[in-house]
Amino acid sequence: MAGVPSSSSVPTTPLLKDELDIVIPTIRNLDFLEMWRPFFQPYHLIIVQDGDPSKVINVPKGFDYELYNRNDINRILGPKASCISFKDSACRCFGYMVSKKKYIYTIDDDCFVSLLLSSLLFSTGIFLPRVVKTFARFFETTSVNLCTWPFFRSTDLSRNLVAKDPSGNQINALEQHIKNLLTPATPFFFNTLYDPFRDGADFVRGYPFSLREGAPTALSHGLWLNIPDYDAPTQLVKPRERNTRYVDAVLTIPKGTLFPMCGMNLGFNRELIGPAMYFGLMGDGQPIGRYDDMWAGWCAKNNAFHQILTLKLRLKLLILGTLRLRLARRWEVVNTVICDHLGLGVKTGLPYIWHSKASNPFTNLKKEYNGIFWQEELIPFFQSATLSKESTTVQKCYIELSKQVREKLSKVDPYFGKLADAMVTWIEAWDELNPSTTAIAPEANGTTDKK
Amino acid sequence: MSFKINDNEVDIVIAALRPDLTIFLEEWRSIFSRFHLIIVKEPDLEADLQIPHGFDHHVYTKTDIERVVGASLIDFSGHSCRYFGYLMSSKKYIISIDEDCLPARNAAGDPIDAVAQHINNLETPATPFYFNTLYDPFREGADFVRGYPFSLRDGVGCVLSSGLWLNIADYDAPTRAVRPNERNARYVDAVMTVPLQSMMPVSGINIGFDREILGPALVPALRLKGEGKQRLETMEDIWCGMCAKTVSDHLRLGVKTGLPYVWRNGSGNAWESLRREWGGVKLMEEIVPFFQSVKLPAAATTAEECVVTMASLVRARLGSVDPVFLRVAEAMEEWVKLWKRLNFH
Repeated sequence: MAGVPSSSSVPTTPLLKDELDIVIPTIRNLDFLEMWRPFFQPYHLIIVQDGDPSKVINVPKGFDYELYNRNDINRILGPKASCISFKDSACRCFGYMVSKKKYIYTIDDDCFVSLLLSSLLFSTGIFLPRVVKTFARFFETTSVNLCTWPFFRSTDLSRNLVAKDPSGNQINALEQHIKNLLTPATPFFFNTLYDPFRDGADFVRGYPFSLREGAPTALSHGLWLNIPDYDAPTQLVKPRERNTRYVDAVLTIPKGTLFPMCGMNLGFNRELIGPAMYFGLMGDGQPIGRYDDMWAGWCAKNNAFHQILTLKLRLKLLILGTLRLRLARRWEVVNTVICDHLGLGVKTGLPYIWHSKASNPFTNLKKEYNGIFWQEELIPFFQSATLSKESTTVQKCYIELSKQVREKLSKVDPYFGKLADAMVTWIEAWDELNPSTTAIAPEANGTTDKK
Repeated sequence: MSFKINDNEVDIVIAALRPDLTIFLEEWRSIFSRFHLIIVKEPDLEADLQIPHGFDHHVYTKTDIERVVGASLIDFSGHSCRYFGYLMSSKKYIISIDEDCLPARNAAGDPIDAVAQHINNLETPATPFYFNTLYDPFREGADFVRGYPFSLRDGVGCVLSSGLWLNIADYDAPTRAVRPNERNARYVDAVMTVPLQSMMPVSGINIGFDREILGPALVPALRLKGEGKQRLETMEDIWCGMCAKTVSDHLRLGVKTGLPYVWRNGSGNAWESLRREWGGVKLMEEIVPFFQSVKLPAAATTAEECVVTMASLVRARLGSVDPVFLRVAEAMEEWVKLWKRLNFH
């Protein structure tokens, strides 16, 4: 086509331009959008501003967006705003709720301390737990402010950048997510050549023909080059490990299999699974952090799994516990239980983004601490969770799941009773904002800056 | 839980469906020459095998099959002759590659050591109980991701490594007939564990397995009428793979898929095979729900016990669907008896 840029990384025809919203949680600014501009500019952005609502978020010119801060969330949801996390990127799920589009793509943006300081902490932390504890408390209370300090601020404020494929071309992550969502998933039987709907692939010999139509894809889970999404203990043990392996595959997570869903680079069909994409109660006032995406992921998949914590493992965890940091664990869980129940598919693999910055592992450890123990109970819970035939919609599945969370997980920690309540509140809020008849769009705080 | 597999614990089993193995073995020489080879001559092949010098090998022929097995329900013709090699091996691990496959090559043109990769897959734990989004966490440069329960990070033993194919992928006849020019050019740099209770078609073209643990489950029991010498139309390896996965799941062991790749030249006429294989395509529709519903008793703690139980389930549930399954059940039982007779541990 004459006059069109020939670079394969810049889309000439944006797909689903009017059917997809990009949801971005932020606390400071969105300079990272400049790098993503060729891919994101055609789309409508929903920006969920966390933290201090009086701060003005600087959105680069030329983007079509609506912005919501905490005041907006409180105004729109009233008392139901309690289900939306504060001071945690889990607040992004408010964006899912207010969107009117069929598809959502969500990507992380954050800023945090430089690698220099992190390295100092790694080395002191090994020998001086007290130092670690002090620093962790320090970062916990001042992490937002640190981003403004020249010493700590990295030149690259963003962490999720456009990656390049092995040929050196920029990866259009959004385009790949759209391809993943628009083609069927194959959860009922594993295809050894991965996604048979990709160009150049197909179902292998032995794949039953009756299953070759596949199932609708509800979720597309992308990956990350450079800094991998490790938990804090692994980060501490392997601070230098980088994910340099480009695995050129998309595959469907089989039915009945749970997986840890990362919310950093995620697309989903909001009409199919939106109400289940609740990212839980995290952040301010909560005993847990960094498991919001895990929680959403587990809610969706249903898998039977029985494991007992071995004595060896308990000792290992006890040793970790001597750091004595009260860590919050965020539950980010993908609703795979619900996808399996409703016959929907979840894909993982491509696209990659470039994850440029590691978050502070001591802060992470503090947040994840409870979750590391709790997940040993949570996973058997999700793997054995079954939903009744009467739960024929995502909302009904989710409410039924919330009852099971309350009945079976409250004994693990009272937090789960609160979370179960929040799950119900979330569905009530979702249904209020997304009635089956004409929806009334809530007013956003920020001005849209149309192209 | 990772350990080291020595070369002398491995047999490489090759089914010779064509007499001239020169090109095949020369291409694989740098990789195969460290190992002992078991070459099984396809029973209907009359010409002498041509095997280049320098390989430590043993050839089994129709005569051996008849002597050892005698009159048997199990048909060792065509690609199934390799199972005789599995039976006769005394090693702990088997790697088997079709003789129309050559080493895949990396960007520099060097052959990729598929045998070493299979061995690595078998040496390192599998993780079937929870999916790791960065694939095999035991590969260099990878690990378990955030949200992976610590109690599962030891993994379990891997008993089957199922490799892939560049160039001519392992498609069935209908797919090949419709896409005759399609070539698999995508090198996916991953090994992953196939999750618990997830069924998959295990292609026999490029595999490695723990013979001691899984051997009895790789049973050449299902063969279509006229099946034999074309991969396009074989069902026997697909059946074995389903049995093997069911047994692995029951024994809480793991199956990996992905690397290594081999370069497959393939052969056969898709349209001709389609006539023969259509039966297999129809049977898969019964086979898959069957395997998905199989529950083995806790008392079955070895592959032999699992296979015997599965045989009776095949007879009970599939025998009325198609009489071929009655033969399959008998063949499975016979295989276990053969296995016990020839491999007393």
